[in-house]
Amino acid sequence: MNNYFKVLRPGINSTFQDLGRFGLQHLGIVASGCMDQLTFCISNKLVGNKISEGALEFAYQGPLIELMGETVLVAISGKVNFNIIKKNGEIIKGKPNESFLISNGEKIDILSTINSVYGYFSIFGGFKIEEVKGSVSTLVKAKIGPNNGDKLKVGDKFFFNKPHQVDKTNKIQFDFDKDNIIRVMKGLQIHYFSKKSQEDFFSKEYKVTKLTDRMGMRLEGQKIENTVNKNIKSEGITKGSIQVPGDGKPIILLSDHPTIGGYPKIANVITADYDKLVQKTPGTIIKFKLVDLPVAEKAFREYVRKF
Amino acid sequence: MLKKITNIGDCGITCDFGDEVNKSTNKEVIKLFNFIQQSVNTRKLKGILNYTPSYNKLIINFELGQIKSQEIIEFIKSSDYSKINLPENKKIVEIPICYDEEFALDIKRLETKTKLNFKEIVSKHLETNFFVYMIGFVPGQPFLGDLNKSLYHDRLDTPRIKINKGCVGIVEKFCTIYTFESPGGWNIIGRTPFELFNINKKDTSILSPGDTVKFKSISKKEFGSFKNEQLL
Repeated sequence: MNNYFKVLRPGINSTFQDLGRFGLQHLGIVASGCMDQLTFCISNKLVGNKISEGALEFAYQGPLIELMGETVLVAISGKVNFNIIKKNGEIIKGKPNESFLISNGEKIDILSTINSVYGYFSIFGGFKIEEVKGSVSTLVKAKIGPNNGDKLKVGDKFFFNKPHQVDKTNKIQFDFDKDNIIRVMKGLQIHYFSKKSQEDFFSKEYKVTKLTDRMGMRLEGQKIENTVNKNIKSEGITKGSIQVPGDGKPIILLSDHPTIGGYPKIANVITADYDKLVQKTPGTIIKFKLVDLPVAEKAFREYVRKF
Repeated sequence: MLKKITNIGDCGITCDFGDEVNKSTNKEVIKLFNFIQQSVNTRKLKGILNYTPSYNKLIINFELGQIKSQEIIEFIKSSDYSKINLPENKKIVEIPICYDEEFALDIKRLETKTKLNFKEIVSKHLETNFFVYMIGFVPGQPFLGDLNKSLYHDRLDTPRIKINKGCVGIVEKFCTIYTFESPGGWNIIGRTPFELFNINKKDTSILSPGDTVKFKSISKKEFGSFKNEQLL
């Protein structure tokens, strides 16, 4: 018997992701991968998978899916509002960060993320999805990855590997970082910006705008004045780099960023604060705090303890 | 010459070869890129996630839990990579291009600016052996140089919203080939039916940094009947 989920509503941006596709950025292929690594790994841990197993990432509104097949253990991680719809139509409120069993003909309706952007859906045993160059991450703009490199669509079926036994359910207590302070290190071209603008950037508030997706996050706030050159010779880009184009409005480059770029960069988000950053919804006010490498490395050691 | 190495965030470093954008600087970048790639493949260097060469810099990204920037910096500084005899990328790739007026969208603009006629522009473009400086922005997109000086021109003031896959554009001393439909501000002079990038092939990108490209003019009819397999 084939075991699969049928997509009745795809959600806004539902894609398969893992920890990323590496070693190809010199050919223009960005790593992509899940936006919030900790929440992603938790969805896998909840069902007993290895933490790097591919999972379904959704943003804001997730999919409505129906199981066609044998009972299976699944989990949804993040701050997510979802329902389980029984065969007789009964609606049960779902609990995120807690694995549960789902049976043939039952539906999962992922209604929305709560004060956050991304959530994850994992299945015990993993999805039957095709690896492309060693990864199941999806890069929609270049059509790279499983599901023909695309977002979920109505009518799509996604199959999963049926494990021999149904594992025990599991619960993980975790919460997102609540504060809105994003720690950054100095960017490569910080000296391109006026002293006042540098001070502004590390002290004033910035607002996350609607122009935010897996590629980048555009911010609104005090304009950053460039006193050297509005362009640089195009150079490789790192996830979390904060570039400032000619209009003075910073853009944080996120997981699906272009591989090279020609705007000067004022700062870089530290690894330990990246998950916190990507979960900030449009309208959220954030502040940047300048730290140095030892602080960032210490923060990273604390961050990995959560996994 | 490698001028300096700087941290970018906590999981990246940049190796800076100076401000000049020319082939000799870029060849130095590619040499270090080849060395890092080989060191990763032979497991002499662990925890490296990506290495991205550009005109005058090499960016290296790593997994913070596996290795620290200081270890990579020391590895680079302690190795005399510029003297190591690495296999050089010496691939020469011939790329068909159709300069038909349907595809040469900005030829009028170029004729006015360069004071050359269409035929002269095409012949100057065809006679150049282009060097692949870097690949990127989007998957497989090559940045080639150097154009004949008489063809140098600025970017369009208002970029086009949509440029078709395969369009060949020039700006300043560089030439590019759009590997995906995208917005763009380059002066379009022709289009190739040749597929430079295919994620499902073993060699995902036909071109690598350091290769040479030579264009070959084809007719509109040949453009229409072109099969990519012919060249692969």
